[in-house]
Amino acid sequence: MNRAIRLIRRRAISSIPVLLIVVVLTFLLLESASGDAVDAYLLSIGGGDATIAQSLRQAYGLDQSMLARLWLYFSSLATFDLGWSVAFGRPVLDLIFERLPNTLLLMGSATALSFGLGSALGIVAGAKPESIMDRMLSTGSLILYAIPSFWLGLVFSIVFAVQLRWLPTSGIETIASGKAGLARAMDIARHLILPVGALALIYMALFLRVMRAGMAEAWTLDFVLFARSKGLSRTRIVLRHVARNALLPLVTMLGLQSAAMLGGSVVIESIFAIPGFGRLAQEAVSGRDAPLLMGIIVVSAVLVICVNLLVDLVYAALDPRVGASEPNS
Amino acid sequence: MTIATLSRRTLLQAGGALLASTALPTFALAQGAPAGGRLIVAADSEPKNLNPAIVASNGVFFIASKVVEPLAEASFDGKDGLAPRLATSWEGSTDGKSVTFKLREGVKWHDGKPFTSADVAYSALNIWKPLQNLGRLVFANLEAVDTPDATTAVFRFSKPTPLQLIRNALPVVSSVVPKHLYEGTDIATNPANVKLVGTGPFKLTEYKPGEYYRLTKNADYWGKGEPKLDEIIFRVLPDRAGAGAALEAEEIQLAAFSAVPLTDLARISKVPGIKVISKGYEALTYQLVVEINHRRKELADVKVRQAIAHAIDKKFVVDTIFLGYAAASTGPVPKNAPEFYDASVPTYAFDTAKANALLDEAGYKKGAGGTRFSLKLRPAPYFNETKQFGDYLRQALAAVGIDAQLINADSAAHQKAVYTDHDFDLAIGPPVFRGDPAISTTILVRSGIPAGVPFSNQGGYENKELDGIIAKAAETVDTAARTELYKQFQKIVATDLPLINVAEWGFITVARDTVQNVSNNPRWAVSNWSDTALKS
Repeated sequence: MNRAIRLIRRRAISSIPVLLIVVVLTFLLLESASGDAVDAYLLSIGGGDATIAQSLRQAYGLDQSMLARLWLYFSSLATFDLGWSVAFGRPVLDLIFERLPNTLLLMGSATALSFGLGSALGIVAGAKPESIMDRMLSTGSLILYAIPSFWLGLVFSIVFAVQLRWLPTSGIETIASGKAGLARAMDIARHLILPVGALALIYMALFLRVMRAGMAEAWTLDFVLFARSKGLSRTRIVLRHVARNALLPLVTMLGLQSAAMLGGSVVIESIFAIPGFGRLAQEAVSGRDAPLLMGIIVVSAVLVICVNLLVDLVYAALDPRVGASEPNS
Repeated sequence: MTIATLSRRTLLQAGGALLASTALPTFALAQGAPAGGRLIVAADSEPKNLNPAIVASNGVFFIASKVVEPLAEASFDGKDGLAPRLATSWEGSTDGKSVTFKLREGVKWHDGKPFTSADVAYSALNIWKPLQNLGRLVFANLEAVDTPDATTAVFRFSKPTPLQLIRNALPVVSSVVPKHLYEGTDIATNPANVKLVGTGPFKLTEYKPGEYYRLTKNADYWGKGEPKLDEIIFRVLPDRAGAGAALEAEEIQLAAFSAVPLTDLARISKVPGIKVISKGYEALTYQLVVEINHRRKELADVKVRQAIAHAIDKKFVVDTIFLGYAAASTGPVPKNAPEFYDASVPTYAFDTAKANALLDEAGYKKGAGGTRFSLKLRPAPYFNETKQFGDYLRQALAAVGIDAQLINADSAAHQKAVYTDHDFDLAIGPPVFRGDPAISTTILVRSGIPAGVPFSNQGGYENKELDGIIAKAAETVDTAARTELYKQFQKIVATDLPLINVAEWGFITVARDTVQNVSNNPRWAVSNWSDTALKS
């Protein structure tokens, strides 16, 4: 247990400079893009005049120097104030808390599904390398992995929502339905099937391949040979020895993929009109909304750091060799 | 039952039952709509400020025009193209220095307070004139608004102001907001800018960011028997393909402003129960314009500009880029504005030989590789069509020896490069004609406009004669004389080509055929929808 606490403490401290760098880089990146929030806003309202532009720039502090603005941002960040969104005219924190749950739900479900399915199918494929089953799964996963998520999303929407009408085309829940409790949860689940499916299938393919590769490697290891020579059943060898060993790289992958999935959700959220984090980020960029974008990036960075920490904890639990001071569990 | 008679619904139910048995106990077939009418509409954006008195733009009007009403609305058959709303009549004085509005009686705000001339005076003096993006121009010389009684408002101007302009601008610039909620507050940050309170047929009752706006029937609406609908829901659908799919799946009943891409129209128009309607946008005609930077030596030569005009095949643009949903332009005033439109202006037929001859004449002979000179071409990213026209123009110019370098950028970057930094030679813009040349057309060619103003004379064009006509028209009270000035204006623009008008287009509405009274006025999508109904 001590080990876990030490790990968490160490990570918390080391993540501070990471966050600072992320904020500064985001700021500079957005700074180097041509046009500012006022340009974007004037366009969205179909024109204006020079005095409107000037007074808006003044109101948002956009007429100040870059360093002054960065300093202002950091000083408000120190008090956990993420600032005011120019494009939405609301506090950044409110916007983020409004959208984050939807994205977490989407990503969480997609991660769980892709990890679960991917590792299970990976075990099936890796249990008998080069069998027909293995070849089918490997080829299938390769094809799936090559498909862009937006295409899969559109096809799902056309087939299951428009043609068959089994599921809604878009949205996170039935609008203004007045549903509550379990009925609402079910409604949300129904809306999530297509986007989660589109997102999960592609990552599932990745997990499948990693799992299969890990298993293929484990087959050649001495302890597996030993288990076989002991005369253990094949199922037992596959599950207890080979798969468990192959699971380790998969867990590492999980941490890495959480960041990628956050990116993938941008596209899926747009196609399925889910008011989530990814869509908010896209709107922040096109609106040149620096405070909002930085808020989103900071929260995403924290999320990724947390997920990676979790992964390390799981990793330590799975592999006793990580952190050798602890006795085997 | 044979396979052929097995309906989609039956399959749906079977599929539903199958799914329900495994994981999902509840399974609603349609998005539950109460009888009598919930209209669900696709919306592609969520304006930050929903107050149409401050932000006069189509994005805001689309939702807000059902809640907050203007003094008058555009009409296909009304006198002067107008239908009364909060005002029942308007009359200008002969010296052009005042306009008297008679206001509708018995109108109530959504919070129950009576609507009076004080609200009109407050909106005009404190919002339209000082704050509104378009009203600033129209009401620049507004000095005072007298309110002799609760139903009369007299606008007083410091300089003669043409009634024709005021009239044409009414639908766009005259949204009235309640004085009692705004007086003494900071107008820009007033919560009523988002939680609208108006006099319109619908009340804004709910807004779920990223999901929908919910408008419900105003039972106390002044229009008899209106509104017909119980509810309108604007569902936020950012993806354009998504709007078409949602229409087909009967999740929404209407998508306006070409939310369904032009390329999908041929297919979706064949879906039973779906109508494609191109009417209802006549008073908000968009124009496809080649913006020219006159600071560039070659482009300052009128012969070069004529050559560019001759190099463009407008018919090809209309047929191929707009798939026929547009018309070729002759000049800066579109055909949809018959009050001002003049067809007898110089035109430039598609003729590459002539274009080449003009360029030779101007002294830009073809060099090695057949190129005369290079230009920086920036198509606006706001519409698919402006981007596609950029690709086309590059090819069209190459055919006459002009090498155009395409630079694509997103909205904010385009806005800064073209309108603030003037870092372009040619740009492609989609300005809107809003009923009167003085509202947003003369600004495209008038000289002396500061940098940073979107949809203005960003090319630095200067023509004293044209400036003179624009200035004179701004103060000409006599309607016939003023109209004549704008005919001259069109001739000069079409002759000297400060910019090149290529095509003009309205948007497309796609609706289920159960929606009635669609597109029955020239600003339908941004009007109040009080007579829109759903066939049960």
